[in-house]
Amino acid sequence: MDGVHDLGGMHGMGPVEPEENEPVFHADWEKRMFAMNNAITAIGVRNIDESRHARERMNPGAYLTSSYYEIWLDGLVRVLCEKGLISEAELSGDVAPRPVSSPKPALKAADVDALMDKGGNYVAEKGKPPRFRVGSKVRTRNIHPSGHTRLPRYARGHVGEIVADYGLHVFPDASAEGKSDPQPLYNVRFASTELWGPDGTEGDFIYIDLWDDYLEAVDDAA
Amino acid sequence: MTSKHKHGDPLPETVLRVKSLESLLIEKGLVEADALDALIDRYENKVGPKNGAKVVARAWVDADFRKRLLADATLAVAEFGYSGAQGEELIALENTDDVHNVVVCTLCSCYPWPVLGLPPVWYKSEPYRARVVREPRKVLEEFGTSLPESTEIRVWDSTAETRYLVVPKRPVGTEGMSEEELADLVNRDSMIGTRLADTPAMVKEA
Repeated sequence: MDGVHDLGGMHGMGPVEPEENEPVFHADWEKRMFAMNNAITAIGVRNIDESRHARERMNPGAYLTSSYYEIWLDGLVRVLCEKGLISEAELSGDVAPRPVSSPKPALKAADVDALMDKGGNYVAEKGKPPRFRVGSKVRTRNIHPSGHTRLPRYARGHVGEIVADYGLHVFPDASAEGKSDPQPLYNVRFASTELWGPDGTEGDFIYIDLWDDYLEAVDDAA
Repeated sequence: MTSKHKHGDPLPETVLRVKSLESLLIEKGLVEADALDALIDRYENKVGPKNGAKVVARAWVDADFRKRLLADATLAVAEFGYSGAQGEELIALENTDDVHNVVVCTLCSCYPWPVLGLPPVWYKSEPYRARVVREPRKVLEEFGTSLPESTEIRVWDSTAETRYLVVPKRPVGTEGMSEEELADLVNRDSMIGTRLADTPAMVKEA
């Protein structure tokens, strides 16, 4: 979706403001929010792309004025409501919590380190054969899907070169809808001046991880 | 963008809503409070940029390890016991006299947790995500990092589950320092690419 989250290249955001000796968390509620979002992953009710797509659909004005853990709060409530696990009425206390079941049991404290040390798996053994090779020139497609995508707006319709083939990976656009559609994931190198024209910098480059479906062949002879 | 609100001064209803959500998820049996505590402890006290600093210092002193790190960072950091969530497919990018790498996630907040822990607020902020892909030199200058025009800047936008770790240049005048001493020079931002590694003089002052 052409959402507010897709920030690459936007003007008017002001300076970057690093904080000296920044703590890992700024308040208790941030800790709880961080932990809930990760603990929910363990029950197998939503994948990483569904989680991202939920956050992307936050009200755009609210997104820009919220801290990152506020965005996580909005996204987690949204996706759990959509999955039927909780409701706004339950959250506000207007109705009593209704019992639910989840694909996997709640995460136990004793299992936290093992689970986080293991992480997820986004690699697939079977999927679409690669259409491109390292060294291929490609053009990113000019697409504007209303659903989830990981092709940033600033990189659409531009020519780059494949510099790495990372192999078959779950396709986020499908994964956000509960499907998989595994296909090759590449790293693509774009000249700064290709993406930003005369406002780019000659000799600088932007490297972006892009899936096969985002790309089309460029005829070198043309 | 008023940073005050965004840096941990939330509306009271946010705090209340987070509490309500936790109570509701616990009551429904979807999360357990002890597990939340363990997750917080892990990322507040165990997994952070000190991990990455040890990896970088090893790469500076051990040519074989450096080779393994650049060939397959996931395997190489596993030698230290670092692995897992938000770092399943790790790639190390080496800064040199000719090339300077800097990492961003323009679409959300992707960051190599096993080696750097959780990202700082600025990394997730709109200004950094909007600007570093378009004007990296200006952004780096705001971090106090000036690079010669002849240095090629490479900005890596983490759009997939691949996670990038920058290996900063080893500062001059550090010959003879031990691996442990060198690790103290590797600040978090140097492994994102917005700063250089500290010099021994900087560490003494601090």
